[in-house]
Amino acid sequence: MKKKTVLLALISIVMLVLAACGFGGKKEEGTKDSGKGKDSKQDLNLVIPSEPPSLNPQLATDSTSGAVLRSVFEGLTRVDKDGKVQPAVAEKIDVSDDKKTYTFHLRDSKWSNGDAVTAKDFKYAWEFALNPKNASEYASILYSIKGAEAFNLGKGKVEDVGIEVKDDKTLVVTLENPTPYFTEITAFYTAMPVNEKVATENKKWSAEGGEGYVSNGPFTLSDWKHSASLTLKKNDSYWDKEAVSLNNVNIKMVESEATANRMFKNNEIDFLGSPFQTVPLDAIDGYKKDKSLNIEDYAAIYEYKMNTTGEFTKNVNIRKALALSIDRQGLIDNVVKGEQTPALGMVPTAIAGFEDDRGYITDNNLDEAKKALAKGMEELGIKDAKDVKINISINTSEAHAAIAQYIQEGWTKNLGITTKIDNSEWQVFLDKMSSLDYTVGRMGWIADYNDAYTFLERYDSAKNGNNDTGWENKEYTDLMKKAVKETDEAKREKLLKDGEKILMTEFPVAPVYFYTNLWVEKDYVKNMAPTSLGEISLKDVKIEK
Amino acid sequence: MINYLLKRLAYILVALFVIVTITFFLMRIAPGSPFASEKNFPPEITAQLNAQYGLDNPWYVQYKDYLVQTAKLDFGQSMKYKDRSTNDMISESFPVSLTLGIEAMLLAVGLGVLIGVVSALYHNKFPDYLATTIAVLGISVPSFILAGLLQYFIGLKLHWLPIGGWDGFKYSILPALAIAFTHMGFIAKLTRSSMLEQNHSEYVKMARAKGLGKWTTVFKHTLRNALLPVVTYLGPLTAGVVTGSFIVEQIFAIPGLGKYFVTSITNRDYTVIMGTTVFYSIILLFAVLLVDILYSVIDPRIKFKGAKKS
Amino acid sequence: MTQKIPVEKFNIVGIDNSKNDQLAKKSVSFWSEVWHRFSHNKLAIVGLIIITIVALMAIFVPWLSPYKYSDVLGNFNHPPSAKNWFGTDDLGRDVFTRVWYGARISLFIGLSAAIIDLIIGVAWGSIAGLAGGRVDDIMMRIADVLTAVPYLLVVIILLVVMQPGLLPMIIALSITGWVNMARIVRGEVLSIKNQEYVLAARTLGGRTGHLIMRHLVPNALGAIIVTMTLTIPSAIFTESFLSYIGLGVSQPQASWGTMASEGNNAIDTAPWRLIFPALFISVTIFAFNAIGDGLRDALDPKLRK
Repeated sequence: MKKKTVLLALISIVMLVLAACGFGGKKEEGTKDSGKGKDSKQDLNLVIPSEPPSLNPQLATDSTSGAVLRSVFEGLTRVDKDGKVQPAVAEKIDVSDDKKTYTFHLRDSKWSNGDAVTAKDFKYAWEFALNPKNASEYASILYSIKGAEAFNLGKGKVEDVGIEVKDDKTLVVTLENPTPYFTEITAFYTAMPVNEKVATENKKWSAEGGEGYVSNGPFTLSDWKHSASLTLKKNDSYWDKEAVSLNNVNIKMVESEATANRMFKNNEIDFLGSPFQTVPLDAIDGYKKDKSLNIEDYAAIYEYKMNTTGEFTKNVNIRKALALSIDRQGLIDNVVKGEQTPALGMVPTAIAGFEDDRGYITDNNLDEAKKALAKGMEELGIKDAKDVKINISINTSEAHAAIAQYIQEGWTKNLGITTKIDNSEWQVFLDKMSSLDYTVGRMGWIADYNDAYTFLERYDSAKNGNNDTGWENKEYTDLMKKAVKETDEAKREKLLKDGEKILMTEFPVAPVYFYTNLWVEKDYVKNMAPTSLGEISLKDVKIEK
Repeated sequence: MINYLLKRLAYILVALFVIVTITFFLMRIAPGSPFASEKNFPPEITAQLNAQYGLDNPWYVQYKDYLVQTAKLDFGQSMKYKDRSTNDMISESFPVSLTLGIEAMLLAVGLGVLIGVVSALYHNKFPDYLATTIAVLGISVPSFILAGLLQYFIGLKLHWLPIGGWDGFKYSILPALAIAFTHMGFIAKLTRSSMLEQNHSEYVKMARAKGLGKWTTVFKHTLRNALLPVVTYLGPLTAGVVTGSFIVEQIFAIPGLGKYFVTSITNRDYTVIMGTTVFYSIILLFAVLLVDILYSVIDPRIKFKGAKKS
Repeated sequence: MTQKIPVEKFNIVGIDNSKNDQLAKKSVSFWSEVWHRFSHNKLAIVGLIIITIVALMAIFVPWLSPYKYSDVLGNFNHPPSAKNWFGTDDLGRDVFTRVWYGARISLFIGLSAAIIDLIIGVAWGSIAGLAGGRVDDIMMRIADVLTAVPYLLVVIILLVVMQPGLLPMIIALSITGWVNMARIVRGEVLSIKNQEYVLAARTLGGRTGHLIMRHLVPNALGAIIVTMTLTIPSAIFTESFLSYIGLGVSQPQASWGTMASEGNNAIDTAPWRLIFPALFISVTIFAFNAIGDGLRDALDPKLRK
């Protein structure tokens, strides 16, 4: 008897469970179809690689969240598809003679709930980002504002931050130093406004999509199915809505590059390329063959950092030998394949003023490399090149592994040194890099604004959190300090180039290549291209079927 | 029986306590932080973040917090996905994984047992070889390769089923197959082997001698006893399958629970690590208990250990 | 119709008492009988031959292939040709050479996992099952805890405290690799231990070790061997996961698992990078499986004639 009861109980449990669960999306499917409406022509289908960690402009830190935020919010300025800064919520910008005071005159524009966008919303949002209590990880991008850094680090008061609301339509910002790229920063998502009323009433306003998610950009976030999809709809309250062609943007979250690529081939999505997933390495050749691959320069660098406190890499000539004997062009042609530019300096060619080769080193210069190695070995008292042991640290990824193996093969063959690849899980890797527990390690750096300073500033002292090489040089530190204060553009560029030259003679880091942005799109998608910062503005995109 | 269940419940609680403790210390030893990123930000901000999530407390306070959270089954905010709570993440994604998991289990058990029985009945004859080939293929082709192949051929080339996503029954077929195949192979092999053993038992010979047909004997007598090792395997397997498979969910873009087991760890999203671990542990411990109860249903010779053994 | 046979036709030959203790059938030891039955199983012999060939190729590949596993030949992603029998991979390395070098690691991992399974898993399961009661509860709850604790976290910590290589990988495999086996053996033991012959052996005062080795294990052998045929491929793929995380062998060394998972991304473009390693994994598992089935049949006390 007992056993029968047990069995019965079991069966009923299974039935209950089966009845309770369904195929999640099924119910929604009906509503989604009806929501598509009449003009489904102007629908764009995209994928992003993951759930956006935060769609609060001030708390977001990653390119996936950024891609969405850029379409649903709008800052004082915006960067168009050619990388030019355009006025957006600000109609007119006045800059003082000392280039330290910016006066933004706001146009009449509305939030998606009908409220007017005012200067107060900007002040609120920026102070929210800078308030140490909110621990915004990207607050430092606003540090060019006077008093911002002190307030953010808990050393100053909010009253001393140089953000002033003259009236509802005028925002005056005082800067610490002349910052030529400040109007680019005002286009960045951390500097986007937030509806003060909405945000103070509901602290979790950005947790879900729909009506409660009030934004001021070309689109609204009409639906957010966590870990599954996002739906953007044209924002009827947007001031420039005539310029917006798309009605709906359906964004699915697809983590696997291979799957995203197959969805593109199957016409389920219209565009594939960062930040809307990436073209997989293995698919590049195919797209190149049928000439559908688009390639654009990207202000980002792939580099091999060298631990200047390491047993072998403390010697500048050893570092030089390693940096010179990388076959960058071969690596680009055969392994990374995206027509990247061999990096022979520290500032990408996509940065204004740095388009041309500065002539510091030549690619794969084996003669010089061997000479430097011999000199370095003599200085270190090493007889046999085999005794120079170099570990290449990478984080887990097939692409990094392939690059490391290619460079390793070159170093072993051409220099005769002993090399090993040390592959670690991402966070273990970050830990090794920041605690200088490595010899040579891979890193990448992507610009947040189009200026050489973002690439060079990292090495201004050994303590800089993004240095990771233990290297510092007084002359270099001084050059960076001077560049920050310099108001003359040409002089500033010269200072930065002098700094770059020091990096390229001391080699705390070996540049490998400057990234490119790769993407494929269906031929009816128009005006969709990433800027040199890898950003895509969906405002301009049009479907022509 | 009641005594037995109470005793087992006590063991489950102890096991949960041990799991929380071990997981807590593993999380503390593992390098990294939920706020680590390639771009460093000032240490003051890190300190602020740590304070916000209670990561600046001494270890025993944090440990106590996790124990209290576990007792309340409320695991707190995710540290990576701001504004999201661990409980929400689990309750939104678990039904998806559960649906897919049940589908996969039905496939795996149904086909697996069938193949196993056929293969045992025709021991060392052609159907056996064919069944064994299928089973071994299942075991040696892991789900990630099968998932890729299914997606490429059936999804992209033949357009029979969708490539990925989660929008209804047809989206679940390929992922369920990918999950089920390996387990099907193993269940088939297991059934075959224990069927063969039973086939030489006296009671089976007796049943056959009485004139019962081949298949009737199988279903009335052999299978029941032959299922014992299969049931052992099914317990923990079910717990694993209904909580989702990271790889299959990733490949088919399914918003299930499985991915949190991996991403929470790579993100060092401590609250989510603890939440998913405890959630999985509870399902696993009960599944194992269920297996032990089933033993006595299947094989009357096995008794509940509430009473002293005879 | 019966024909009568005359008594005269019979002869008394008498009894040779010295032959009383002699057996008519030639006495065969247990193992030679097992071998006899095993060698008559064609499939099992084929399996044995395959494993031997793979092992020999893995050992002698440095003399058989003109390339090294790390040689970048300059032909990137080339399909199979006379020069590169199995094609080349994304870094222009010879897949044929890499498959055989990979066999070294994968076979080693597979065998180690099988041994771990046998030593820890079988012992753990049979002790728990036989002892029953509290011992059983505690031992099996330990196994549950090991399954429930996040494995990836354990691996990350191993990664921090140890240098990558084979040893940490074996440790990582030993942590949970045997739990499945322990559960299955325990289940079998629970069922077997109440059978008459075990009770008889017990009543006769058989020691626990003797009981396990002589009665329980042989009768659970079918399940044990099947479980091992699952353990081997899953260990081969766990290795690729561990190597991917950074715990296993470091690049450019290859294993079947890592080659297959890398090749998996290239099915659209360079399918040979997946096909060859995957094929060798499957063939090897087939071989192990055939050997396992043969062994089971040969060892099964009930099938003995």
